[in-house]
Amino acid sequence: MSGYRFRGDVAIADVAFEAWGATLEELFVAAADATTNTLAENLEAIEDRERRPIRLEEQRADLLLFRLLEELIFLKDAEGLLLRVPAVRIHQRDGALILEAEARGEPLDPLRHHLQADVKAVTLHRLRVEQTARGWEASVVLDI
Amino acid sequence: MPLPKGIRKISDTVWEIPASFKPGMLVPARIYATERLLQEMDEGVFNQVTNVATLPGIVDYAFCMPDGHWGYGFPIGGVAAMDPRNGVISPGGIGFDINCGMRLLLTNLTEEEVRPRLRELVDGLFARVPAGVGCRGFIKLSPGRFRRVVEQGAPWAVREGYGWEEDLERTEERGCIAGADASKVSDRAVARGCEQVGTLGSGNHYLEIQVARPENIFDAELARAFGITLPNQVVVMFHCGSRGFGHQVASDYLMSFLKVMGPRYKIATPDRELACAPFASPEGQDYFAAMKCALNMSFANRQVIAHRIREVFSSVFRRDPRDLGMHQVYDVAHNTAKLERHLVDGKVRELLVHRKGATRAFGPGREELPEIYRETGQPVIIGGSMQTGSYLLAGTAGGRETFFSTAHGSGRSMSRHEAKRRFSGKKLEHDMEEHGICVRTACYSGLAEEAGAAYKDIDLVVGATELAGISRRVARLIPIGNVKG
Repeated sequence: MSGYRFRGDVAIADVAFEAWGATLEELFVAAADATTNTLAENLEAIEDRERRPIRLEEQRADLLLFRLLEELIFLKDAEGLLLRVPAVRIHQRDGALILEAEARGEPLDPLRHHLQADVKAVTLHRLRVEQTARGWEASVVLDI
Repeated sequence: MPLPKGIRKISDTVWEIPASFKPGMLVPARIYATERLLQEMDEGVFNQVTNVATLPGIVDYAFCMPDGHWGYGFPIGGVAAMDPRNGVISPGGIGFDINCGMRLLLTNLTEEEVRPRLRELVDGLFARVPAGVGCRGFIKLSPGRFRRVVEQGAPWAVREGYGWEEDLERTEERGCIAGADASKVSDRAVARGCEQVGTLGSGNHYLEIQVARPENIFDAELARAFGITLPNQVVVMFHCGSRGFGHQVASDYLMSFLKVMGPRYKIATPDRELACAPFASPEGQDYFAAMKCALNMSFANRQVIAHRIREVFSSVFRRDPRDLGMHQVYDVAHNTAKLERHLVDGKVRELLVHRKGATRAFGPGREELPEIYRETGQPVIIGGSMQTGSYLLAGTAGGRETFFSTAHGSGRSMSRHEAKRRFSGKKLEHDMEEHGICVRTACYSGLAEEAGAAYKDIDLVVGATELAGISRRVARLIPIGNVKG
């Protein structure tokens, strides 16, 4: 089971969400969707026309998630792409966490994607990734 | 919200949290607010302003302005001056949107003249000033050229024909802060920003046609000095920043500071968003030089937008913008850190003043002000919500107690999530039209998020700054046309 929900009580001026998944990988996919869903209302309308490989390395899971979400924001501005991350692979090497994924999507289309709020940045404010009895959970605040 | 323990009333508008409130506080925190605004502040403000008071090198107090609410690291409305010799610089004290700011343009048109053309004007502005998610501008710059632009700021735009020479003296730092070094900026930041010059963005960024009604002029002499001379004179105000470029500069250095501050500089902060580096360190200086590029990008961005606004008015009224009296009143930054000279314990000292959601408000006589405003004090542009109105203020001599800083806006009181749940963008547009405000938005849910009811009462915020003596009211400006990102 994976998913996300937006929270109105955490970030008055911005957007906060919680995401969860049975595995760390599922959690990252859900959090990526929550971020893209902040930009665009209609995730189902995003077609698989462009693909961008992503490879990231960090010591900590929360900063690895920060970097993945930041990549989506970067590609939105730098290439005008609205992307989802259907799957990620995370493995450990020499104490570091390595993430590999392929973001898939297409150029922003205000008519089809129902664009919402532009995300300026992923923040470290109350950023949390942790393992629980049910799997993995994260909380994230995006600067709008 | 319960007030923090030990908070002490200094005056009707100044509240102090002592340095004993939290371990590690080097100075007390001071909040500028009326009792009502203080009571309405969220707990984050008290927690964050006292966190700021722990930062190495902080001088006098950690301040929060009357529009304060929680932010990242610093509260929004946070002001902190650091000793550049032993103090730190923190991206959390500036914000992700470096040099988010306000610009105000005049016209010599009255509301009566503009009303019949309002829809045409708003449609024209919406078409000519790109707004919304991922919007791109009409100026296409190669990464190399963009790097030169961010070192040159608004003067670059004026040289390219986007604006008038006189705009520069009416812009903070003349639109170009010295010391910007694009070699300190990542390729990612350049890639995000190089097609965004001349764009508004989204969120709380907007462009408004406003009216200065006679009953809303609080100081006729200052209003005249700032160019507001006609009853029901129309002005144009807009709010935007350094777009993806500035956001990326902030994100890049936040991560880099997080990794060096403990191991290399033995600094521990109570919140990762306060990640910082000694100002005098190589990392601190690199960020300062990169942050200045974002300052300049934002000045250039607002300069290009000002040019487009003049073009739209010119095309609708078929008159030259100079004939329409479209002079700039001023351009202010409200997310910055700058080296400034201030009086501390009777001595003039150079300080690194962080302002995060706070506006510089120099009083009369400051040498940094252009000659036209040297006697009046600096024009201060305060953006309110799109339904309630905005303000033009002036800096005062009393501002010295906050290192010449004042509020920047009304500050949110309701979350975006809640506003979207409560208001419908389409209904809001209809209601605003009924109240004589013509709206164009890139996104209806975004419009709902910016409903007037989601913000604090701007009159109370501005009134508190005047009561505290850190700025004074010149005019209240009422929106009649709004372009929302």
